[in-house]
Amino acid sequence: MTETKLMKGNEAMAEAAILAGCDAYFGYPITPQSEVLEYLAREMPKHNRIVMQAESEVASINMVYGAAGAGFRAMTSSSSPGISLMQEGISYIAGAELPCLIVNVNRAGPGLGTIQPGQGDYFQSVKGGGHGDYKMIVLAPASVQEMADFVYLGFDLADKYRNPVLMLSDGAIGQMMEKVQFKPYTRPAVDKSWATTGKPKTRNRNYITSLFIQPERMEQHNLKLEEKFKKIRENEVRFEEINTADAEYLFVAYGLSARICQKAMDIARDKGIKIGLLRPITLYPYPYKRLEELAAQVKMMLSVELNSGQMVEDVRLAVNGKVPVEFYGRMGGMMPTPEEIVHHLETLIQYHHAN
Amino acid sequence: MPTEEHVLPDTALDVIAPACHDEEEYEMVYHKPTTMVNVAMHYCPGCAHSLVHKLIMEVVEEMDIQENTIGIAPVGCSVFAYEYMDIDMQEAAHGRACAVATGIKKLMPDKYVFTYQGDGDLAAIGIAETLHAINRGENILIVFMNNAVYGMTSGQMAPTTLAGMHTTTSPDGRDVSYYGAPIKVSELMANLPGAFYVSRQAVNSANAVRRTKKALQNAFKYQQLHKGTCLIEIIGNCPSNWKMTPVEASKFIDEEMVKTFPLGDIKVPKGV
Repeated sequence: MTETKLMKGNEAMAEAAILAGCDAYFGYPITPQSEVLEYLAREMPKHNRIVMQAESEVASINMVYGAAGAGFRAMTSSSSPGISLMQEGISYIAGAELPCLIVNVNRAGPGLGTIQPGQGDYFQSVKGGGHGDYKMIVLAPASVQEMADFVYLGFDLADKYRNPVLMLSDGAIGQMMEKVQFKPYTRPAVDKSWATTGKPKTRNRNYITSLFIQPERMEQHNLKLEEKFKKIRENEVRFEEINTADAEYLFVAYGLSARICQKAMDIARDKGIKIGLLRPITLYPYPYKRLEELAAQVKMMLSVELNSGQMVEDVRLAVNGKVPVEFYGRMGGMMPTPEEIVHHLETLIQYHHAN
Repeated sequence: MPTEEHVLPDTALDVIAPACHDEEEYEMVYHKPTTMVNVAMHYCPGCAHSLVHKLIMEVVEEMDIQENTIGIAPVGCSVFAYEYMDIDMQEAAHGRACAVATGIKKLMPDKYVFTYQGDGDLAAIGIAETLHAINRGENILIVFMNNAVYGMTSGQMAPTTLAGMHTTTSPDGRDVSYYGAPIKVSELMANLPGAFYVSRQAVNSANAVRRTKKALQNAFKYQQLHKGTCLIEIIGNCPSNWKMTPVEASKFIDEEMVKTFPLGDIKVPKGV
């Protein structure tokens, strides 16, 4: 039987990295995720794995580039300002098609912001934070259990598509303690014959690059990437639905906001408001299709986020004007209470009923 | 003056096969290293890069370590190094070669890992990655091509541009009261305990080429010892951006560059 442990999200994620066979972790301290580097600095050497505190997030993402390019399972983690510094490296990793896992324990910004949780990095995560046309697969955990589970999933998806995967958590999910189980995991066999391991006489040289100076070749590379992103959109959309069968209204929320919305949903249902919740698990690819279907069923959707309204744009894209899509959010590390959300929901229902 | 037969054929950019037309009459005494890809290079006439690429690949061939060598190409003129060196390579972001090399070497400590970087790449945008890799004593070789200008972007001022030297972004000559003095990277890095072997060489004469080759041979051999970082700075000719002929550029190194960047070993390991 799998043992149940009580752990912080960040530590569960670090432990899962070891169990997922992560060969190397490169990181730089930043609140609220310094536990990851601390945990791995202690534990990785016991497993003969590489752990390194780099001189900056710029260096750590490029160390990941080198290790991933040599065919190893490599990861890094950071929080918002550090993830901003990594954007250059992430763009190169996506361009060179290297599999790796990056974790952002989102804090509130912009700038130095605060160390409290936020979801202000949604656009940066899903729309391409670095330069050029690329996408990352973005996984949004809403529990300590998912912070562990998505490490396995993240590494496997990265290998499957030769693409960087981002786990977009936040300061609350990363810091809070919950029960977690580490499920048995078998690493799928993956062909990495492209890796730079040293050129034997029996094969041509391998090189890792994102440079295609001739426009014709660059466009071919772009088209190849787009084909991959299309496959990802077709096959990797993940979401959770709660109480949508009879729903007249719908919360759309991910991560920590989804946890708060679950409680808000219970309160609203006690008041007789038939509301459901759609929680995107993959923020890229985004569950546009399911939201479009639900737009034919519900009277209104409310996107709840810890930012000024970012994901709501994707909800509106999906719904395409069929029903009103509203937004409620708090910023700066402040979190809405479930009652506050319900109050806002009731106000909106009255407003739309009157109009 | 170039004559018609010196003009490269249209196929030159694909493959140029080495040819000896009178094999019976002549003895082959020199060949391009087999560790190089047999294509024409894009470098300007008189540029140091093609020569240094060849020297590195000669060492790889002589030590028979092609299968165990991984190179990191920079951003700059030598961004295409992996088109010419027939080994596994990774192309790094501008300045990040030493971080990329660290990621590789930490996981494959018995491979030979080297970076090839210019002065803008290493001494400006990438000086933090370089300094920390050397300070950790990463067991890699850093080949640092110093030609005192940004080559690929066509001749802007570099951190190593000589005092008073004219570049496109220092049109009146480098003003050290405004931009500081040229950074002596090798002297700076040699102070770090992680630096095992530091040498500054040039390739502007036959003797200089021989000394550079020797330094590269040493550095590759030292990598087997796992004792720290080797840094070989090479003063590179850049006739195009110095607005000189190749011969003038070679003279400029001897007459001007060496005043700021004296050649020779800077840090030599004892007892090896």
